[in-house]
Amino acid sequence: MAEKKKKLLQGNEACVEGAIYAGCRFYSGYPITPSTEIAEGMSVRLPKLGGKFIQMEDEIGGIAAALGGSLAGLKSMTATSGPGFSLKQECIGYACLAEIPLVIVDVMRGGPSTGYPTGPSQSDIMQAKWGTHGDHPAIALTPSTVPEILSETIRAFNLAEQFRTPVMVLYDEILGHMREPVTIPNPGDFVVEDRAKPEVKPEEYHPYDDKFLIAPLAPFGSGYRFHVTGLNHKQDGFPTNDSKMIRENNERIMRKVHVNRESIWKNEEVMLDDAEVAIFTIGSTARSARFAVNELRKAGIKAGLLRPLTIWPFPERAVAELSSRVKAIIVPEMNLGQMTLEVERVAKGRCAVEGRFRVDGEPITPSQIFHEVRKYL
Amino acid sequence: MSERYEIRFSGSGGQGMILAGIIMAEAAAIYGDKNAVQSQSYGPESRGGASKAEVIISHGPIDYPKATAIDCMLAMTQEACTKYHADIKSGGILLVDSEEVKTLPKGDFKILSFPIIGTAREELGKTIVANIISLGMIAELTGVVTHEAVEKAVLSRVPPAFLDLNKKALQIGFEKAKTLK
Repeated sequence: MAEKKKKLLQGNEACVEGAIYAGCRFYSGYPITPSTEIAEGMSVRLPKLGGKFIQMEDEIGGIAAALGGSLAGLKSMTATSGPGFSLKQECIGYACLAEIPLVIVDVMRGGPSTGYPTGPSQSDIMQAKWGTHGDHPAIALTPSTVPEILSETIRAFNLAEQFRTPVMVLYDEILGHMREPVTIPNPGDFVVEDRAKPEVKPEEYHPYDDKFLIAPLAPFGSGYRFHVTGLNHKQDGFPTNDSKMIRENNERIMRKVHVNRESIWKNEEVMLDDAEVAIFTIGSTARSARFAVNELRKAGIKAGLLRPLTIWPFPERAVAELSSRVKAIIVPEMNLGQMTLEVERVAKGRCAVEGRFRVDGEPITPSQIFHEVRKYL
Repeated sequence: MSERYEIRFSGSGGQGMILAGIIMAEAAAIYGDKNAVQSQSYGPESRGGASKAEVIISHGPIDYPKATAIDCMLAMTQEACTKYHADIKSGGILLVDSEEVKTLPKGDFKILSFPIIGTAREELGKTIVANIISLGMIAELTGVVTHEAVEKAVLSRVPPAFLDLNKKALQIGFEKAKTLK
């Protein structure tokens, strides 16, 4: 077995390692702080692997070209931050309806608008779910450490390919720029899912074949000719006005993620077994929360942490179970209350739900969380 | 939880404070046997403005990546010293550049004042390596990483043409810090 190599990597550098490991061979984007190191890293790595890197004219071009790369059969990625994520929303909807696998990394900074480029934020949680119009499936992953950025980027590619849908990786500026030791994985350390290929002849191929919940996607240029559109479409990809087909297709793209939600959810539980008060949070805020939980336990306070690594689809089962056995769920987040709304929705009044927010470009500290929890006991 | 050792490098953008933080973290976690997390904060400008890099070193997992109670802080400018010294813990160390920092903060910590940039200029003819001198001084003053580990970390980060210069700068840092102890 090859020797493991340990490196001190920035979160954004770990994202590049994860993408390359997962087989990403096409990157297009437009650089923006605090995500720029991803574009920089991909521009260095991809040409050496026979892949393609293109800096486009803007963020919209960045995602549109990545959709083209994916349709041509290459695992594709783009990365951005809040302002660019806003611009990419139209193409995210297109990818949802046309069922094009794609990974979009959003390194969150303060907003709205140009906001605070070098400050951390978690204010794109709702944009990841509802930024594009229409009912559509959303998968968004929320790593909390630099090694996790690597492994969750790999998982994002796997989910995108498995479900033929865009998958988002969301983390804040602190994680994007901080450095931690990372063990560079060897082949075989992580599962890599590749896209299902059609088993029929080109003339029999339908890109939206209703025999499947998720039909295989043929690479453009491989002899399989088909139509791709953002209009509601028939099995062959051409537009339709047939109300039955429109309904079935809209429901199916939601269902393909919903019925598989158990395999997409991923949570970490820290000292929740006997917890009286639970903290629910993601990303770098979860690091403050873990620190606070350790301190609270030392003080004899039964606190725990529920940390989702998949924020969309929202971890409904875990939150519902938790809400039936704790006095309160505290939701610290670097925004003015986005995850809190979801926790309230799922908790259905079974326990108190308290959001604690911060939008000054500074992290929520362990001592802030410590004091919030103490108020409940 | 394992003990955290917290170091903050502060100065103005372009002085190499973030690089110093990265090298310290590599000395601890890649060339040493500890865990380390390095983080930073800076303004939108690429030069100037107060900038800081923080390194947390521990034998165990490091949850919160930012400084909470600083064991050792370096301030290369007056602005950074004034802005960032408040988190130094009781009994901690503040190392300042004596030519830049004239107004020393009051606090329950030890202040060491030394012409770091002046030494780089006079002994090596290049102020650019002031950050490496300060890195050597901090390694010596804190003992949190070995001389060997920090030297390996420095040499792995600098271009081949500047290996000797940086090696000398680091040695000067070790030596000068001994005189302050």
